[in-house]
Amino acid sequence: MHNPETPKQDSVVHAGGNGHGGVHVHPAPTSFIRKYIFSTDHKVIGLQYYFLALTSVFVGMYLSLLMRIHLVWPGAKVLGMDIKPETYLALLTMHGTIMVFFVLTTAPQGGFGNYMLPIQIGAPDMAFPILNMLSFWTTFLGFLAIIAAFIVEGGAPISGWTNYAPLSAIPSAGPGQGLGEDLWIVSIALFCIASLLGALNFITTTLDLRARGMTMMRLPLTVWSWFITAILGLLAFGVLLAAGILLLLDRNLGTSFFVPGGLVVSGEMIKHQGGSPLLWQHLFWFFGHPEVYIAILPGMGVASQVLSTFSRKPIFGYKAMVYAMLAIGGLGFFVWGHHMFMSGMSPYSAMAFSVMTIAIGVPSAIKTFNWLGTMWKGRIRFTVPMMFAIGFVSLFVSGGLSGPFLAQPALDIPLHDTFFVVAHFHLIMGVAAIFGIFAATYYWFPKMFGRMMNSKLGYLHFWITFIGAYAIFFPMHYEGMAGRPRRYAQLTEVAYLHQFWGLEKFITFAAIITISAQFLFVINLFWSMFKGPKAEINPWESTTLEWTIPSPPPHDNFGGHVPVVNNGPYEYGVPGAERDYIMQTDPAHVGSSH
Amino acid sequence: MGSLSPTLKIRESTVANPKVGGAGFPPGIRFPGTGGGGGGGGRDESYPDFGDRLRRYRLGLMVGLVAVVMLFVSFTSAYIVRQGLGSYDPAANAFVTDWKPLALPMGLLILNTCLLLASSFTIEMARRAAFAQAAVAPVTEMPGIARDEVRGVPWLPITVLLGLGFLAGQLMAWHELGRRGFYISTSPSNSFFYVLTGVHAVHLFGGVVALLYALAAAFRSRPLERRRIVVDVTAWYWHFMAILWLYIFALLKFAA
Repeated sequence: MHNPETPKQDSVVHAGGNGHGGVHVHPAPTSFIRKYIFSTDHKVIGLQYYFLALTSVFVGMYLSLLMRIHLVWPGAKVLGMDIKPETYLALLTMHGTIMVFFVLTTAPQGGFGNYMLPIQIGAPDMAFPILNMLSFWTTFLGFLAIIAAFIVEGGAPISGWTNYAPLSAIPSAGPGQGLGEDLWIVSIALFCIASLLGALNFITTTLDLRARGMTMMRLPLTVWSWFITAILGLLAFGVLLAAGILLLLDRNLGTSFFVPGGLVVSGEMIKHQGGSPLLWQHLFWFFGHPEVYIAILPGMGVASQVLSTFSRKPIFGYKAMVYAMLAIGGLGFFVWGHHMFMSGMSPYSAMAFSVMTIAIGVPSAIKTFNWLGTMWKGRIRFTVPMMFAIGFVSLFVSGGLSGPFLAQPALDIPLHDTFFVVAHFHLIMGVAAIFGIFAATYYWFPKMFGRMMNSKLGYLHFWITFIGAYAIFFPMHYEGMAGRPRRYAQLTEVAYLHQFWGLEKFITFAAIITISAQFLFVINLFWSMFKGPKAEINPWESTTLEWTIPSPPPHDNFGGHVPVVNNGPYEYGVPGAERDYIMQTDPAHVGSSH
Repeated sequence: MGSLSPTLKIRESTVANPKVGGAGFPPGIRFPGTGGGGGGGGRDESYPDFGDRLRRYRLGLMVGLVAVVMLFVSFTSAYIVRQGLGSYDPAANAFVTDWKPLALPMGLLILNTCLLLASSFTIEMARRAAFAQAAVAPVTEMPGIARDEVRGVPWLPITVLLGLGFLAGQLMAWHELGRRGFYISTSPSNSFFYVLTGVHAVHLFGGVVALLYALAAAFRSRPLERRRIVVDVTAWYWHFMAILWLYIFALLKFAA
């Protein structure tokens, strides 16, 4: 397939392509604005995404803290904020929206994907650097729009991150459903456009800018995960954009796509006729389910990379890992109906969605098996990124196991509106994905900033977060099975829930401690950025291309030098080799796989 | 000057780099099987990586069009689902559909379709002209050789005009429907007419902006290659928009 005679030199060196035909790699910009703000350098853009996500995660975390406090001390005012039931719904909506879009989608893909993908494939930049910059700033505009929803008249919307019609479609349906809701839709529409541009860039870059010798089956699994995530984004975000456009028209121009006739809202008969809330749900979840994988797939890639590196063993079943990710991504487009078992959908289609959903257990189990197989009999180095990668696997299993329960309509109907679902998606989509981000941060920090993070603080951060996450979310399974409903601001007067009073307080305390521990991480991050010990080029003795260049990498990544790849990505503990690892750029190893 | 101009009718083989030759470049995208490797050696120094960049931009466009397809797939599925919906009528004790097919302003829409198809033809001519121009560029840029200043048909400006004509025609179709009393909220079929034509028009307008950029690049004497890539990619985009419009038109007409 690959022609070794092909002179790759030119195309790689010129790949920076800022649009000037025949111009060599664009020189490093010198002005502050071009260097750090409107930069086209994928590394700067990656960091911009990362810090946007870091800001967002603290906003989202603060909102969840308010909710947890309100649940156990309903009368308490936090920072003078009086939490009414509708305020609680607004907190819920904004927590979900900010976390799903501006953290779980932004950090793993926009942040680490942008920073590491071009380097790991041996390219000097993304395929379309200016488009890349536009993606970030469009995302940032979306972020401003969603934050603006807090301060406009009526406040933030209350219709949940899933934004179901007709609540979302009628401005008079509640506080925050006016301008706040419009801002929500505009924010998400901007986010969709930005993600589509980003996906386009990721896919083209992966297909077109790989260094000589970097065949698809030599890609690090991180690159595979970003590539597959980009494909999912490309297919999914357009659908949400379409739904958002129709919803805006329903709200502002009197159309009836999602609003049925005969509704009386706030004492007034509405004029809409004949629309269907189910139509919104179908469009939303056709996006929404792949979105779950958009959040978790990069974490899987990072976990594979980190587990292999610190087990000093090749990844167990590289090809199976690739095909499992492809299968998870592909099946993910045929299971959206499992979010709608309660919606009055036909039981026959529910059956089909149920079977497809349970089938996702197969590739997920393959991945878990291979992660354990990678660690099996490895000479494991329990570094901080390794701890978070192991934590990722643990949370992926714990959160994933409740999936097949919820995938069955007969079980989903009693469980759907309870804390069982809250436990399920927080463990797998929330905390597992966050652990992927943490593993990636601790693993790549030396490369990104040229300094090491403090590992003592790192271990402390890991243990508090790991135990804290389980303490918060695991008991919620029991609450859910006992019928504790979700999305309610106050359940203190409900007799059968009194048994959970102690547990609820325990969860809130666990949340406060876990959230506090995140400041350890932020302190470690910023302190190490300036004061950490200098990092070598390859502190973890890793094999992939980013560990062949200085820390932090120069503007054009490889400094005009073009890497040639001779080996697969995870050649650790190779028998007969002089070191216990073989870099991808080392001379081809006899018997090297892939 | 004039005596040298016949030499510009050169065959591709006399150009230093066969890859720069207009007709010699395969119109399709060569899917990169392995490392984004560009093709053979002997690259002309003036255009070191043109083939690679053209392929990359075409690949990017193709990926981007997938997103556009998904957008319109979503609208189509909403269209089909919405047709089957209705409201509960207590008097009849049944669901009655509120879908009333829209009488399209056919004359105007057919005229618009002709404009768009014509523009698709002219932009294809512009694309080929840009390739031909680039093919002779290595010779015309040699010192002492001037280009024959006989200008070809200005295909790009014609395309822009036809494109703007199509957009104006679509706007007239909106006005015509409004004059008859059919607004976006009048009935669901009307809503979809406005949504589908509107979103398509926004996309086509993006193509017009790209063409204006290519024209401006010509005036600002930007590198020929850059303009050629813009024209080439916009042309494929434009053809896609023409096909998309035929699809939308057929959907609105025959699935009403």
